[in-house]
Amino acid sequence: MNGVLFLLPIALFLGALGLAAFFWALRNNQFDDPEGAAARILIDDEEKDEDA
Amino acid sequence: MNAQPSIADERTCVLAVPGMHCAGCMSKVERGLMDHDGVLAARVNLSSRMVTVTHDESVDEDDLTRFIADVGFEAQPRRNQAQKPYSAVKPLLAPLAVAAFAAMNVMLLSVSVWSGAEGSTRELFHWISALIALPAIGFAGRPFFKSAWGALRRGTTNMDVPISLGVIIAAALSLYETWVGGAHAWFDGALMLLTFLLAGRVLDAMMRDKARSGVEALVSQAARGAQVVGSDGALSYIPSEDLQPGMVMRVATGERLAADGEIISGRSAFDQSLLTGESEPVPLGTGEEALAGTLNLEAPVEVRVSSAGRDTTLAEIARLMEASTQDRSRYVRIADRAARLYAPAVHSLALLTVVGWLVAGASLYEALVIGVAVLIITCPCALGLAVPVAQVVASGALMRAGIMVKDGSAFERLASVDRALLDKTGTLTLGRPVPDAQALAMLSPEEAGIALALASHSRHPLSRAMEKALLTRGVAPATLADVAERAGDGVFATFKGRAVALKRPESGGTTAVLLKTGEGPDRLIPIADALRPDAREAIAALEGQGIECSILSGDGEKAVAGVAEQADLPAQANARPADKQALVAQLRASGRKVLMVGDGLNDGPALAAADASIAPGSASDVGLQAADFVFVQDSLSALPRTVRAARKTLQVVKQNFALAIIYNIFAVPLAIAGLVTPLIAAVAMSASSLLVVANSLRLARAAKYGAAK
Repeated sequence: MNGVLFLLPIALFLGALGLAAFFWALRNNQFDDPEGAAARILIDDEEKDEDA
Repeated sequence: MNAQPSIADERTCVLAVPGMHCAGCMSKVERGLMDHDGVLAARVNLSSRMVTVTHDESVDEDDLTRFIADVGFEAQPRRNQAQKPYSAVKPLLAPLAVAAFAAMNVMLLSVSVWSGAEGSTRELFHWISALIALPAIGFAGRPFFKSAWGALRRGTTNMDVPISLGVIIAAALSLYETWVGGAHAWFDGALMLLTFLLAGRVLDAMMRDKARSGVEALVSQAARGAQVVGSDGALSYIPSEDLQPGMVMRVATGERLAADGEIISGRSAFDQSLLTGESEPVPLGTGEEALAGTLNLEAPVEVRVSSAGRDTTLAEIARLMEASTQDRSRYVRIADRAARLYAPAVHSLALLTVVGWLVAGASLYEALVIGVAVLIITCPCALGLAVPVAQVVASGALMRAGIMVKDGSAFERLASVDRALLDKTGTLTLGRPVPDAQALAMLSPEEAGIALALASHSRHPLSRAMEKALLTRGVAPATLADVAERAGDGVFATFKGRAVALKRPESGGTTAVLLKTGEGPDRLIPIADALRPDAREAIAALEGQGIECSILSGDGEKAVAGVAEQADLPAQANARPADKQALVAQLRASGRKVLMVGDGLNDGPALAAADASIAPGSASDVGLQAADFVFVQDSLSALPRTVRAARKTLQVVKQNFALAIIYNIFAVPLAIAGLVTPLIAAVAMSASSLLVVANSLRLARAAKYGAAK
């Protein structure tokens, strides 16, 4: 029972953290272009991306 | 063009680039733009096929279009720059995330209760579950509650009514159980149900978003308007909605008229195919009436606007379409038809259970708990997934085959089609002039090079067709001097001291170009609109599927007869847009299910009126928006393929319903007998959902094997 008192809030907190991260991503338009995000990883441009 | 934000020297501009489809295209477009001075940033959105460019005032939209053309892509500035693309997925993502988060955490607690937590531990866990579940249900359930409430207010019912009722009652009962320290709470079941159903909705919305953005990228986004000659002789660009009768438009070669009007100077040929389906250009001179939407082919003319905006022939067609669309919206989806039977059956069953247990001597509390268990176990989890998952999988398969599905219910409507009407120009045929392959093959490399060089100097549709055909043959252009284009006549130049020309032939008759090289004989190259590849096979396959086909064209008898013979189909010519719509209505009234395949604006009303409609990707904006399916390849085999996929989809949907019903046949007696615990409900619901999803996944190959068999 004692362990549960610690573990439960921790589990809930971690879950809520994930949820918050998802909402943050949603607000920041991270889900606007899922296809582009999947394709972008294939573009290899080492020489110049520091300005992006 | 007119909606630029006026921040000092930084502007943004959104261009549609329909041709992009992979990482390579993305980096080509982005780099192609970034390599130019004046472009500050370029970011491609591959899902919507758009690129957002930040640039300074040294470049404008035309420059950007040219930069993108230089790397080999067609681009068009978006019409409503400020408007954000609408997304059906986004408002559902947050509810899905909340439901999934809550379901996982509550399930964690529920598992402990099921494995034997007792007394105060169980009570604590139930209270924590309630704390997580109640707000989560309130938030994540809103899409269902809203739709259910809307249906109830109209006096009808849909799938969302039993869902909402099940979820709300489960939550209320669980709260009561928690309050009195009872053994069973159903929070996990309610949340799992919401998660599954929201996942189905998100998939469904994703499919529609994808199709819509695909079509939006095809639709020409360019601002439409005209160069208007002011009283002082100065030219200014006026968007079509601001044109007034009496204004004088100067219409360049290759430009579309933005309003109806009378030609006051010049004469030219006009392509009216958008309005009438007639592919042969119509010559018009001073004093004659030219219509909005027609394309000026030969020489610049000045046109005095007689009617603009809502009064044009174009707008009349739009009104016809609106009427047809309303007619079709009366179609009731199969899921809602199922719900009409399902909801009353389930609710009366629950009621009977309560009454039955009361009669049998149970207390009111016991009877109610069992009644609620019946409602929860019959909550249409699998039923809610049955249709969307099948449609999503099938449309994904079609999308990969180059066919975009704009509306999920189109599958149901297309599956029952038994009569097809096909437009001629642009549907059975490619809709663009193609030079005769034999005549091109006869040209010597030098002649071909001269022809290509000449053609590349003109924007005339026939020149463009020549250029395209020669480029695909790998011809290298010759170097010419003194190139001059004479409007309505041809392109003239000198090559190694000889006068060469690509011009209209002296004798009229068939559409052709004459190539003069100053050496050897003149070459006459016939240019005609060719039948799509596989047109005959595709039609044979459609007939094999029990669909009777015929041609319905706005073109003249003679032009239609030729194609009808080639395609071996009966044909009706000279059909105006209203005639086409009337024929569709007449066939439907006689009990046929009609599929309309067309591309032009003139097909719009018929596309909207038919039971189902398909348009090629080259269709006019109106055609693209009116059609249920859009195929972006030259081959007509897309038609039987789509029909076949639609029939398979309907079959799988029916199987899914059958699975859901079988599940209920087993689960409901248990619930009525009072044997169902939250654990059994959780297992049964997820098992039936997974079964339905697995069955639907079989559709992934629905579009694979071409036609008929």
